[in-house]
Amino acid sequence: MENLKLEELFQEKLDREEKIEPKDWMPEKYRKHLIRQVSQHAHSEVIGMQPEGNWITRAPSLRHKVVLLAKIQDEAGHGLYLYSACETLGISRDELNEQLHTGKAKYSSIFNYPTLNWADIGAVGWLVDGAAIVNQVSLQRTSFGPYARGMVRICKEESFHQRQGYEIMAEMAMGSQEQKEMAQDALNRLWWPSLMMFGPHDADSPNSGNAVKWKIKRESNDELRQKFIDKTVDQAKVIGLSIPDPDLKWNEERGHYDFGEINWDEFYQVINGNGPNNVKRLAHHKRAHDEGEWVREAATAYARKQTIKKNVA
Amino acid sequence: MDQKEALYQYWLRLGDDSMILAHRLSEWCSNGPFLEEDIALSNIGLDLFGQTRIAFTSACALEGKGRTEDDLAYKRPEHEFRSCHLAEEPNKDFAHTMVRQTLFSAYHLLLYKALERSSDEQLAAFATKSLKEVKYHWRHTSRWLVRLGDGTEESHKRVQDSLDILWSFRYEFFEVDEVVTELQKTSIVPDLSNLQSDYEALVLEILEEATLVLPEKEGFKATGGRIGHHSEYLGHILSEFQYLVRAYPNSKW
Repeated sequence: MENLKLEELFQEKLDREEKIEPKDWMPEKYRKHLIRQVSQHAHSEVIGMQPEGNWITRAPSLRHKVVLLAKIQDEAGHGLYLYSACETLGISRDELNEQLHTGKAKYSSIFNYPTLNWADIGAVGWLVDGAAIVNQVSLQRTSFGPYARGMVRICKEESFHQRQGYEIMAEMAMGSQEQKEMAQDALNRLWWPSLMMFGPHDADSPNSGNAVKWKIKRESNDELRQKFIDKTVDQAKVIGLSIPDPDLKWNEERGHYDFGEINWDEFYQVINGNGPNNVKRLAHHKRAHDEGEWVREAATAYARKQTIKKNVA
Repeated sequence: MDQKEALYQYWLRLGDDSMILAHRLSEWCSNGPFLEEDIALSNIGLDLFGQTRIAFTSACALEGKGRTEDDLAYKRPEHEFRSCHLAEEPNKDFAHTMVRQTLFSAYHLLLYKALERSSDEQLAAFATKSLKEVKYHWRHTSRWLVRLGDGTEESHKRVQDSLDILWSFRYEFFEVDEVVTELQKTSIVPDLSNLQSDYEALVLEILEEATLVLPEKEGFKATGGRIGHHSEYLGHILSEFQYLVRAYPNSKW
């Protein structure tokens, strides 16, 4: 069948809201777009282990420590399902890792910011996972089956993470003077980068066109960002923290909060590799991978010896 | 030493071993040789932190002074810790971590099997619950020891080098002091006279499969942890572990 005809059938399927499965025909650009998006998502889960991991050994109670460790383990697990979803599109884990290390594949820029005090662990859960959920809830309806199903499971765990982050934030915002200061400091630093997680304004979003037509992306960057702001502002009020945006105010007519302009220069600096921790995050991942090489080689060598033994016997 | 004090000390030993070793494992998070193993190391760490919490809560209940698990974890100085030297040993590399974990899990496995027969209901229940977790730790890490020992020349050398250093750390597991003697009077701690020979047999079997050999000469025979004489590592672990609680004594977390 000609590609044109196949593409028409493909689009009809999407329009009927049917999922595309790995063995179905798909346009090459659809496959490429998904590999880019799903791998970026997987890498974000994995790189995101670092800023949170920064506080495991210093968590201030045994309960906080096990919750944080379990949470990071969930993120690693999300990375695993997403890598598997990506592999169904015909790319290997090694290639995906390679793309991360060479900078061909990106990850969410938010993880290039440092976690400087314990309240940052609260803020990461509350704001970063909160922003991720807004995006991921929408992705549960994305057109590629393995990705959509992965999202259903991931969303369940993320909403738990978000509550756990908010719990830390609330505990600190209502705690001692020093804890309040840490909580406000974390919010001041992470608020704007969290808004940047939704990407550029719709008018400046280079990957959105086909993604909407192919139903990979179900809501626009600006719509998702507004949803996040609307729900988060009230949560900050409840615990007595102030959002670091003097232009933030309720707009009765729109039924939404108006907010100040994002520093897009900072956004592009960070996505282009010049954020506070871009170099450190990649070097850490690469170091762990390189240091693990002899372990992976040993496991392969052992498995090979076992196969030979079995065949002889 | 009366029985209550001895049992309190015994819970601390169990809790401290698990807490310090779990801390070491938690340092692996995001540093594992591949993602699946990163998750496995955190998993073992989480199990051990869970055991720590039960042990500390039991110790506090027995003490009856209203202290909590976090008071024990965060507010004791070095010399009040009762952890063994092996648990304090740094991760160094994956080989060292796996040798440490295999040598420790073998001890945990046999100890908890014995403690299932404790005349103290709480201790017996703790052992039964923890044994399920420890069986997995033993299986996971001893299989790694075999893979690394019988893998490549490099992996073999790395695990053999670590084994040469860590093998003699086992002596601390088998020490019988007044705490153990007191608890054995009423079978709270059962007879452990076979523990060392069973332990050595269990480990030797795995070493053989892993093509590893015992060191010709034994090094430092670890001792002292149970009375608060530790490695230099413990102070650094605690200064990190207890940092927030000590820096902000008026805050609740």
